[in-house]
Amino acid sequence: MMVHALGWRALLYKEVLRFWKVGAQTVGAPVLTAMLYLMIFGHVLEGHVKVYGTVGYTAFLVPGLVMMSVLQNAFANSSSSIIQSKIMGSLVFVLLTPLSHWGWFFAYVGSSIVRGLAVGLGVLVVAVLFAWPGFVAPWWALLFAFLGAAMLGTLGLIAGLWAEKFDQMAAFQNFLIMPMTFLSGVFYSIHSLPPFWQQVSHLNPFFYMIDGFRYGFFGISDASPWLSLAVVGSAWLVVSAIAVNLLRIGYKIRS
Amino acid sequence: MPAISFQQVSKTYAPSRPQRAQGQPGLKALDGITFDIQQGEFFGLLGPNGAGKTSLISILAGLSRPTSGSVRVHGFDVQRDYAQARRHLGIVPQELVFDPFFNVREALRIQSGYFGIKNNDAWIDELLQSLGLADKADANMRQLSGGMKRRVLVAQALVHKPPVIVLDEPTAGVDVELRQTLWQFVARLNKAGSTVLLTTHYLEEAEALCNRIAMLKQGRVIALDRTSELLKSAASNVLRFKTDGSLPWELAKRARITGRIVQLPALDAHEVEQHLAAMRQAGVAIEDVEMRKADLEDVFIDLMAGEQTPLEVAR
Repeated sequence: MMVHALGWRALLYKEVLRFWKVGAQTVGAPVLTAMLYLMIFGHVLEGHVKVYGTVGYTAFLVPGLVMMSVLQNAFANSSSSIIQSKIMGSLVFVLLTPLSHWGWFFAYVGSSIVRGLAVGLGVLVVAVLFAWPGFVAPWWALLFAFLGAAMLGTLGLIAGLWAEKFDQMAAFQNFLIMPMTFLSGVFYSIHSLPPFWQQVSHLNPFFYMIDGFRYGFFGISDASPWLSLAVVGSAWLVVSAIAVNLLRIGYKIRS
Repeated sequence: MPAISFQQVSKTYAPSRPQRAQGQPGLKALDGITFDIQQGEFFGLLGPNGAGKTSLISILAGLSRPTSGSVRVHGFDVQRDYAQARRHLGIVPQELVFDPFFNVREALRIQSGYFGIKNNDAWIDELLQSLGLADKADANMRQLSGGMKRRVLVAQALVHKPPVIVLDEPTAGVDVELRQTLWQFVARLNKAGSTVLLTTHYLEEAEALCNRIAMLKQGRVIALDRTSELLKSAASNVLRFKTDGSLPWELAKRARITGRIVQLPALDAHEVEQHLAAMRQAGVAIEDVEMRKADLEDVFIDLMAGEQTPLEVAR
């Protein structure tokens, strides 16, 4: 293997160091936000709602909030890094190197996974102080957290390449990522929805990420974890193929 | 094998949306650029704004693709063998860019890592020392002055010890001290065998440093020769004077005008007399008249003002 083929590890390290240096903002703040959700919704709805017949609402909420934090922060990591460095011009330091498009992909998605999982772990540690969700199948939980972070890190990479201004990035986040996350069953089981909206939810790949992740805690889910794995895995492959191709052609970064 | 080889490089930028709507074609920034830069040369690439220098450097760097033609660095095509080509290239970008998250040493270590180089601290220390950055190694990039940031850009370009160094307007807006430090360091690297490609608007720097020079105008090479030959090709003398008046157009288009100071190329005494006569006729009063030898700036202005057919004389 040629020496420069290992350069992606330096980009991965740089991207991790970048968010770690502003950890209060990139890790601390989302943990606090998730804690506030948990306190407010848990306080209002605990005792009024039982999910899957036996699970208390606060406990039900924990995996959803953990996964929502994983997804949003994985997306934020790659998207904000690329748009910032594009606008400030510092992306040139990476553009001038021998890094291949695969190197870019592994580094940006890898660092997004690290941040997503770091924030998710932080939220989980705080959340279990409020309610113990159980860890019936932890490997499923870990697998879906990893795939969810990878999926959103890849989407963040695509958004970062596509967006030319911060408001375009905000539009991508507010009109696509946020609704798909909130309508994926973070705060409710889709079985509580009317049949039509249940069907609609099944078209949302974010639903399968959160549902599969929740299976890892309760051993119960709205859809089979194997179906969720197939949907999330396939969706990630599709968005990865798009991202790698955009990097290969230098979409909006090489003229 | 040349250090850099440009072969029939053309670049046409796609028209903007309004241009497309009006049926206008795109902008042709480069038109069949062909020349080689040999290993160990200190080469100058000169031209006015919009001549195509940045487009050519961008293609060399892989930041942009040529519409046609090819560029090779030490025999490696910058598109097909981009990884090898970039390993041989160290480019100091024109814009003063930096990553605000890191200090100087971190930025240099990370840049080394992109090239797969670990444990590069000995060379990083030497770069910091040579560029007068040793006491700024732990300073965050945001805390540095413009000149210091420029030095870091140079260090970042050299961190992987490239045999070909490209300096794109490296001294634009920087103080005399940095210029001295930078040129001493780059001259040392050049003496040690590195090839240097320099673009600059400071023609006295190009004249002092570059063995060979290419001049671009409207995307084409209009002069390519040894610096000494280019100087010989110019009018050997310059008529220098001060005036408050307006020069006749024929003289004004050939003149270097800095405030009240006017410098006009003049081949011989006869041409000097013609210039003086033209000014007398136009009623232009002049003072402090003197003659001096022509420099590269005179050659540049003469070539840019002229309507010459592009000459591509490879030497």
